Amino acid sequence: MKSFGRLRVRRFYTWRGNPLSSNRKLRTHEYESLAIRVDGLPRTTVIRTGQHILIEGDDDDNPFAAKVVRLFGDESGQQKKAVVQWYVRVSEVPPSKLKLLGRDPHPREIFFYQGGNCDDEVNAESIIRPVQVKHLDADASFPPSDDGDDDETLYVKLAWDSKVFRILDSALVASPPRHPNPSLPPSPPRSPPAATPASRTSSRCTLPTPDPTVLRRAALGEVRRSRAAASAGKNPAAMEALHSETKLSASKCLSAKRRHGTERTPGVRKKLQLCSPEKTVMVREDALTQLLDEELEKERTLAKRVPSSPARSPTLTHRLTPLRRTNKSLAAQDAVSLKPFVITCRKVPLSEVESPTPTRDNSSSRAATTPCTKEPKPVREPALGDLTCDPSLLVLQNGVCVLRAEEEAKNSSPPRSSKRKSALKVSYRIRKQLNLMDGQQDLNSDEDDEDEFVPSKELQSSSEEEEAEVVVKKSRVSSAGSRTPRSSTRTPRKTPRKNAPGTPRTPRNATPSIPSRSLPARRPANVLEEARTRLHVSSVPESLPCREQEFQDIYSFVESKITDGTGGCMYISGVPGTGKTATVHEVMRCLQHAADTDEIPPFHFIEINGMKMTDPHQAYVQILQKLTGQKATADHAAALLEKRFSNPAPRKETTVLLVDELDLLWTRKQNVMYNLFNWPTCRHARLVVLTIANTMDLPERVMINRVASRLGLTRMSFQPYTFRQLQQIITSRLNKVKAFEEDALQLVSRKVAALSGDARRCLDICRRATEICELSAAGLVGMSHVMEALDEMFSSAYITAIKCASTQEQLFLRAVIAEFRRLGLEEATFQQVFVQHQALCRVEGLQPVGVSEGLAMCQRLGGCRLLLLESSRLGVLQRVRLNVSQDDVLYALKAD
Amino acid sequence: MSKRKLKNAHLPIGECVSQVHQILRERFCRHQLPERPAGLEAQHKHLEELLKRTAVHGESNSVLIVGPRGAGKTTLLRCVLRELSKETEVQKNLLQVHLNGLLQTDDRVALKEITRQLHLENVVGDKVFGSFAENLAFLLEALKKGDRSSSRPVLFVLDEFDLFAHHKNQTLLYNLFDVSQAAQTPIAVVGISCRLDVLELLEKRVKSRFSHRQIHLLSSLTFPQYLDRVRAQLRLPDDFPDGSFAEEWNASVKSLCEDGSVDEVLRRHFHSSTDFRSMHALLMLCLSRVSVAKPAIRPADLLDASRLCSADTKVNMLRGLSVLELCLIIAMKHLNDVYRGEPFNLQMVHNEFKKFLQRKSNSMYNFEHPVVMKAFEHLQQLELIRPVDGSSAKTQREYQLMRLMLDHSQIMEALQKYPQCPTDIKQWAASAFA
Repeated sequence: MKSFGRLRVRRFYTWRGNPLSSNRKLRTHEYESLAIRVDGLPRTTVIRTGQHILIEGDDDDNPFAAKVVRLFGDESGQQKKAVVQWYVRVSEVPPSKLKLLGRDPHPREIFFYQGGNCDDEVNAESIIRPVQVKHLDADASFPPSDDGDDDETLYVKLAWDSKVFRILDSALVASPPRHPNPSLPPSPPRSPPAATPASRTSSRCTLPTPDPTVLRRAALGEVRRSRAAASAGKNPAAMEALHSETKLSASKCLSAKRRHGTERTPGVRKKLQLCSPEKTVMVREDALTQLLDEELEKERTLAKRVPSSPARSPTLTHRLTPLRRTNKSLAAQDAVSLKPFVITCRKVPLSEVESPTPTRDNSSSRAATTPCTKEPKPVREPALGDLTCDPSLLVLQNGVCVLRAEEEAKNSSPPRSSKRKSALKVSYRIRKQLNLMDGQQDLNSDEDDEDEFVPSKELQSSSEEEEAEVVVKKSRVSSAGSRTPRSSTRTPRKTPRKNAPGTPRTPRNATPSIPSRSLPARRPANVLEEARTRLHVSSVPESLPCREQEFQDIYSFVESKITDGTGGCMYISGVPGTGKTATVHEVMRCLQHAADTDEIPPFHFIEINGMKMTDPHQAYVQILQKLTGQKATADHAAALLEKRFSNPAPRKETTVLLVDELDLLWTRKQNVMYNLFNWPTCRHARLVVLTIANTMDLPERVMINRVASRLGLTRMSFQPYTFRQLQQIITSRLNKVKAFEEDALQLVSRKVAALSGDARRCLDICRRATEICELSAAGLVGMSHVMEALDEMFSSAYITAIKCASTQEQLFLRAVIAEFRRLGLEEATFQQVFVQHQALCRVEGLQPVGVSEGLAMCQRLGGCRLLLLESSRLGVLQRVRLNVSQDDVLYALKAD
Repeated sequence: MSKRKLKNAHLPIGECVSQVHQILRERFCRHQLPERPAGLEAQHKHLEELLKRTAVHGESNSVLIVGPRGAGKTTLLRCVLRELSKETEVQKNLLQVHLNGLLQTDDRVALKEITRQLHLENVVGDKVFGSFAENLAFLLEALKKGDRSSSRPVLFVLDEFDLFAHHKNQTLLYNLFDVSQAAQTPIAVVGISCRLDVLELLEKRVKSRFSHRQIHLLSSLTFPQYLDRVRAQLRLPDDFPDGSFAEEWNASVKSLCEDGSVDEVLRRHFHSSTDFRSMHALLMLCLSRVSVAKPAIRPADLLDASRLCSADTKVNMLRGLSVLELCLIIAMKHLNDVYRGEPFNLQMVHNEFKKFLQRKSNSMYNFEHPVVMKAFEHLQQLELIRPVDGSSAKTQREYQLMRLMLDHSQIMEALQKYPQCPTDIKQWAASAFA
């Protein structure tokens, strides 16, 4: 119980030293190094610029690797940021691209990331720990991976720019890369990384010496959106750059926090603990790391299923607010904004406040550890409860924490002990209640209970100043990542339960497929067959002729949106068969190619079709499934997508969404359309929506104003093909296969252009013509064949049908016309027509038919739709109309 | 079986007759396909080539077979499929899905049926089936997976194609045609419909995706051809067990067709309708009269059968009415004459009837009003009269407006045939003032 409780790691981040420089406009201060103290460990890790670090990522087994370029925080010291140079792990490189490597990647291999589309500003509090990165020559072999404790070392050989691997200049890795913003001088590492060897002997990673001065530069924090005060801006360009950076980085920070949140799941941990009895046998460290890894993996899978855990922002609970008031510079904004989240995180702050409180050995341990904070201290990162059974160590660490806080306190505002004390008491009481409330929740409560005793003692014994500092410190830390893990522990545990019924248990995702043929398909054997294959609508042409202008417009539209990282909508209209969908697909192919060759940032293309769904709301389901592979109900999917597009996220690619047959997504409230057009306007969505429909004026005709307004005015209409274009299309498809006479092609294209301008029709006619040609055993498709095909497809069958009808039926049609003429109307009852029919029979010398027979005849004609009839229940009273013009009928009958 | 074959040469007459019945009934009920559909060689070839290309080359196609009812559309398709299944290359590859617009009344049912017939349901696992949306996505996914050269071609036969066009959004048709126009699993969509305007039912996007191939089964038969076909239908095959009986039978069929009265009857039928089905119905009636005592079809049988076929149903119904009801019908006829087809009600009919009774001064048909009303209601039940639309519920039954659903010729014919019809009523029917 105890051991896994400690596995949960809280990290506290503090700046070391004074700010190297500050940016007045953005109100940021740049620091040289950042101290990370892990709760429960006496050591402090110091991150300095130029050092390699691990950053929390989606994949908890393989956190992102990066090199610190710059560290900065905001004035209040609440938000800490780091500008990094990313490295890409093997697992982050798309498997298809991995082939470019030409060899099997080393498991610990990373690649220097040179792709441009990735935000290089991260929340400093997502930093996990430093890591050793070694540069190897391109042809050097990797050291054996299993040589003992060195398994944390990562190796970099090549650079990856999301397209190709390049040989990496070792200087890039060795020396801290310059930040793109040259005006801000990068802070050089004060102490050489040579301090590491000592620590490496005991721990898996090395840390450089922390510098007290660096610690000072606390808290630029999440670069403020509110930039009120200023502290010495360097030059406008630099500020501009920084400004834009910060905008981008906000998303990254948030999502990092969220990830951090989902990282630790007590439930899972519990399970793991229970099912791994051999852990005591194993070397403690290894066992624990393994456990941690396993757990993280579990969580990752969980997190994948529940990608949108409730938004968690840097939380400060109401409990802390009274205290906050004393420290205006720190708390004011956060306290207000965070209150709503108190419930979700209610457990978090409690333990956090209490846990670091010193125990009775407090004073001694303080004495002992004081120097430690000022000296390089190797810290094995995420606390990795290798201290599990070592209470003294824990105490030691707590002491460190407090001491650190104390030190900090001297630099910040003077504490008001009385208020703080009362605040602590209140918080303690609240915590007790809360613990009671969710006592059933988890095993963590044990730990909480354990902690609970501490503060009471502490309150009595330790100095108030100390406490206060702890709390202040806490609040600062909690505003970033370290608090969230606790709160998030709950969500993953809850959400699977909720989702479980939704996600199919049956192997429904087993991919269905049509069985493959037992005998191979035959290849086209002669020219005509070859031509027919090429002329099939399904065969993808090398290029799309005659749509160059439209292609260009769509291409530049989408390309600009992708490169800008913004979103937008476009409406494409045109009659069927004018190449709308084909052109968009062509554009996407080209863009994909461009993205592959690194001309534009990579993007994600998905496509939905209004006709391929049963209900407009299914659009959400399909989009979600294509984006993330999740299955959800329409409502849930809509909520998830809303969240996805409205919340920032790191390393987000632009999504290009093609909505075909838009008019079918119409609903009475037009919610679906509204959402589709609203998402691109969200700041973080990076969504480009291309919509296709047939009618030019669809936005004006069916959309309500707020939908039409969001769709915007980026419209494009595809004109029906002219005969020249059709001819060109066929020629380009045939591609030198000589199967048609020129005249024949021209005839087809002229005919189709005159009728509809539908390219599909044109191709179908050509295909049919080749068949007819084949039947007649001619070598080349000529005019006659084309004419025959055209006749087959366009001539109406009515006249033939009348000619082929039986004598009495023909007579009946004549009777209908005769009756119409008599009445002067285009409608008559069967009874009236039947009288005429009888008369005509006598004139023609045929035996008159009975009423039943007459009705049957009438029904037959009605079945072919030569006549339009009322329901047959009306019998002789049913009304009869002609579905063909009288002239056609007379023409057909006369020709006999 | 072997025993029978031994005695092949001379079967007892009863055995022969039952054999004849069996063979010809199978033929007439379309259980047995003809060797080749007569008169449809071009269409047969077209369809066969088309389906063969799908099966062999993996080329997607769509086609509509259009023709009036009884023209042999389904027979044509079945013949083609029979031919194709003889080729191993086709037999091993082609998957078939048969749908009928009368059975699969909406896309949801149709999708389930498709999945069932493609045996895709196994993949779905223990859960029987998900929602409609899932089904659609599932099927499309399955079809999208395949490609031209590697997956087995699927033949979709949509009987009563026009009814599928009435499904919501024509989702099924759009998707099938879209697959047939895309580089996915090769499919052939064969629609069978009797409506000549079936293309106009398709939505413009669906229409654009359809290949516009139509096979029309419109054959203009001449009477000699028709006669030949009748002869061929009645002919016993050469492999008939009893050779001598078969010869006799075939000779009798030949002589039957040369008979003058038979010619007249058949001509009349031919004029009325040229389709196979009505011909088969006629011949079936003849066949049922063949017995041991009379082992051949005689002209009289054909005449009787023809009379049965062309009998007027309404006239037959009138013959079963009571005299009172017949009187009411006659009164209605007179009212129709007087008011030129305007609707009438019970009171008017009753008054007309009373006028007739007064003239006759005969109390024989003097019925109470309720009795007349009952008779009137009976006529309504038989649907010989029907209320005028929209005037049903509000008015009293006596005053509800009605229309007569009989032609005058039918009434007169019925009176002729009515057993022991009183003369005065016949006279009254002929003239209102008789």
